[in-house]
Order: sequence, then structure tokens, then C-alpha cells
Amino acid sequence: MNNPRTSGATSNWRAQLLTDTPASRNQARLGQFYRGWLQFKRNKLAVLGLLIVLLLIVVAAFAPWIATHDPYAQDLSRRLLPPGTPGNWLGTDEFGRDTFSRLVYGARITLMIVVLVAAIAAPIGLLVGTAAGYLGGWVDAVLMRLTDVFLAFPSLILALAFVAALGPGIENAIIAIALTAWPPYARIARAETITIRNSDYIAVARMQGARTARILWAYIMPLCIASLVVRVTLDMAGIILTAAGLGFLGLGAQPPMAEWGAMISAGRRYVLDQWWVATIPGIAIIVVSLAFNLLGDGLRDVLDPRKS
Amino acid sequence: MIQVRNLNVTFGQGAQAVRAVRDVNFSVAEGESFGLVGESGSGKSTALRVLAGLNPHWTGDAAVAGVSVGQRDDRLPRLVQMVFQDPYSSLHPRHTVDRALSEPLEIQGIGDVGPRVERALSDVGLGPAFRFRYPNQLSGGQRQRVAIARALMLEPKVLLLDEPTSALDVSVQAEILNLLRRLRRAHNLTMLLVSHNLAVIAHMCDRLAVMNRGAIVEEMDVATLRRQEPREAYTRQLLLASRGYDREVAANIVTYD
Repeated sequence: MNNPRTSGATSNWRAQLLTDTPASRNQARLGQFYRGWLQFKRNKLAVLGLLIVLLLIVVAAFAPWIATHDPYAQDLSRRLLPPGTPGNWLGTDEFGRDTFSRLVYGARITLMIVVLVAAIAAPIGLLVGTAAGYLGGWVDAVLMRLTDVFLAFPSLILALAFVAALGPGIENAIIAIALTAWPPYARIARAETITIRNSDYIAVARMQGARTARILWAYIMPLCIASLVVRVTLDMAGIILTAAGLGFLGLGAQPPMAEWGAMISAGRRYVLDQWWVATIPGIAIIVVSLAFNLLGDGLRDVLDPRKS
Repeated sequence: MIQVRNLNVTFGQGAQAVRAVRDVNFSVAEGESFGLVGESGSGKSTALRVLAGLNPHWTGDAAVAGVSVGQRDDRLPRLVQMVFQDPYSSLHPRHTVDRALSEPLEIQGIGDVGPRVERALSDVGLGPAFRFRYPNQLSGGQRQRVAIARALMLEPKVLLLDEPTSALDVSVQAEILNLLRRLRRAHNLTMLLVSHNLAVIAHMCDRLAVMNRGAIVEEMDVATLRRQEPREAYTRQLLLASRGYDREVAANIVTYD
């Protein structure tokens, strides 16, 4: 049944967002955001990706309530049970720990890695790239050669070396991945900055007496962030895989921590007879990586500055 | 108000050096409107950008109200502002009109932002409904009005105009030019207008200088231009060419150097 009052309120709220004459900066910003969301919504695969990422966040936030068992509780009488077993519906690992509960707690670690790496690498890349692109000259030369040095190493190898030097552990894995993740962001931000640094609105800001820091922060960075967000989202799949790879090699999360890569590593000894021990966390990694990729694709369609 | 002496601008070095502006001299009195005319590549915009402080590679003297534009003097933002040719690229795409107009006030530490922004908008004939729009929600003429309002936020004495109407529809051009005339009177502005359009110059300026290949060919007042009595052959040719395409005129065009 259609309630006229509700639908009236909804259309009013929508009209407020889509209006051509917003009454405040916030309304204007929300309106832009809503327009972007309408465009994003049309891409069904991207919405699916977003839903999976949201699910990951919910699972990570409410892990203690969602998990059916203690992820570290061992029960050797119930080890290596197949999926579908009553009580352990995704089976158990070699110590009889519930795979589902470990997956749920592992979502926390995965999310933490992704968020921390993005939070460290993206701002560094943005700052280095915009500064190099805007200031040019020797600043550009020094910063970009430094970036080249980091780019020259394959990321997993550099992360391996770094973890080997600092000792294995999840924190060092995060630092190592962040250290290898920022150079591409710096390159993107620099390329974007070079295309806009000679535009008239930057010249206007200079004539108004704006300092370099203000021009970078208020004029250049807002234009670089869109392509950076897209790139970071697309890279999140790679970050998850690198973290899982480090975990698999025993250099990331340490036992008994429920990290998906480490879970695969532990399950590989049984992969011929008890395939599910390694396969189930593998599927989790694939699904989440794919979700981030789909989300990134959708965001690119909305945020690509070349289209607006 | 504006003093330019022996201005030279050279781009590039050695054999590839291009002398974009050669030994240019002119001065503009307070409240006067001065035009720089010339064909593409005559150096008129380059000279303007020197005065705007946007071109660091020049020699000679260029000063506004006695302040040299060579150093980044803190007084300059409140003395000189500029309106650019293309309103589609002179507004930041992610800043609302409100933000674009508040920025100069915030940079210069001037308070009273809200009322000033509203006053500036109504000054250029835009209602308060435009205040929180993004540039992509404005037409070309509306954008140029915002750009003019932005240039006047710091209440400068000198307004530099780089072909302010050439990117606009013919119908909008007249509106913008009349707006500029009105603002000039209201704020007692000194204007330096660059254009290739002699009609625009005749409408807007008191005096003008004709430039060719980086040098000033002749200076005259607007009455001389209206009477079509220039001294130099090059200017006469420019006047003929400005009347529109004519096969006979085109056949007789000479390159002056």
C-alpha cells in the first residue's frame, strides 16, 4: 500500500538533494554525493561489491556475536571435520578449531590490514605526488627518484626483506606493505597535479596570495583524491593477497592468530585428503578481493574526472 | 596606476629563443581603461600575465601603484586581480560559487565573509540562489560573472581582463561588457583589457595600444579608432580585417615586422 505522506516526504527529501539551488555548502556537497550514488547504483556488479565489503565490515565489527565458537579453542577429538558437520558447518582445522569462527575473526585482521595500509600509503603518496608535481624542479627530481627506487622492487620481495629485517608479525607486515604501496599513488597524484597546476584557477589562487600549502591542500588535492580513491580500492585486492601471501609464508600473522593466509598455509599439509581446510579461507580471500575490485570499477565510473 | 617600461619577455634559450614582448612601454592613469589589441601571438596576453605576476621570465620595469610586480609583494593581491578568457577553466570544478568567492577573503584574513559574498553576487547580477552551486551547474556567462565577482572580492584598484568575452556567446558578450562598464564606474577601477576584437576595445576603453610581433606599433585614443584614422599602415590593415572577411582585403594583406 502506498502511503501518500511517506512518499511525499521521500520525494521532498530527494528534491532537496537534487535541487539546483542548494542553500548551504553541506547541502551542495550532499547533493553531489547523492548524484554520484545514483550513478553508482546503476552498476549492479559494483553494488554487489559494495554489499560484500559492507558485509565484511559488519562481520568484523560483530565477530564475537557472529562466531559460533571461540576461534582459538582447540578440540583434538573434532579435528579436520568436513563442512556440513553439525556444530561446525564449515568444518574444523587440524586442531579442531571451528573454521567458520576463525574466518569471522580473520575478517577483522583482513580489514585492519586493508584499512591501515590504505591509511598509511594513500596520504604519503598523495603528499609526495602533489608536492613533486606542483613544485617541480629539484623537489620533483628528488621525490620521483626516491619513488623510482621503491618502485624498482617487486612489492612482495621488498615486504619479505622488510619483515625479515624487523621480524615477522602483523604490524610489520602492514608497514612493509604500506611501504611498497605508496609509489604508484605518488605517480598518479603527480601526473594529475601536472595537468592542473597551470590552470587558470591555480593562477587565480596565486594572485589572491595563497601560500603553496594552501594551493596543494585546497585546490590540488581535492582533484587528485578521486583517481586515488579508485586506485586504492582496486589495490585493496592486491593488499589482501600480499598480506595473505606473507601469512602463508609465515612472515605475517603468527599462529594461533586467525589470519586467512596463515589458515591456508596450515591447511596445505592436508590439501589432498582434507581439501576444505585450505580451500575455505581461499574462497574467502577470493570473494573479498573480487568485491574490492568490483567496487573500485564502479567508483571509477562515478569519480573519473575525465568524465565530469 | 600602471607603469610599464622597457618590458621584454623571452621564452626559450639560445637559437630557439622567442622574443614574445619587445621593449614595450605604456602607462595607464588611475580610473582609466586601456586596451591592448593585436592578432594572435602579438604578445598582448604575455604582457598582461607579466602584470598579473604569472610570468616570471621578464626584464624591464612593471609596476602597479608603485609596487613592482616582480617580487611577490603582499600588497599585490589587493591591488591587481585578473579575469581570464575561458570561464570553463578559471573556476575550480570542486568549489562551489560560495567557496570560490570566500577563498580570497580567507586567504587575506578578511572577516565578514557571508555578507560580502552575497553582496558580490548581487553586484554581478546573480541572485542568492547561485551561491551554493557548482561551476557545472552554471552557464558560460554565469561562470564569467562569478569570475568577475571573485576578482573584485579583494577590492583591487586594477582589473586585468584577458579576452573576457571571446569564449562567450555573442548575446552574452554584450551583457558581460556592460557589467564590466558598470562595475568600473561603481568601483572606480583601472582596467587593462586585452582583446583582438576592436569593437570590444572601442566599447570599453579610453585609450589603446596596437601590438604586432611583441612590439607596440602605435598608441591612440578611442576617438581616433572610431574615426578610423590610425597613423600606422599595420593598424589600418587590422581595422580592415576586423570588418569581416573580404576577398580583396585578404589578398592585399602584408606581413609587417
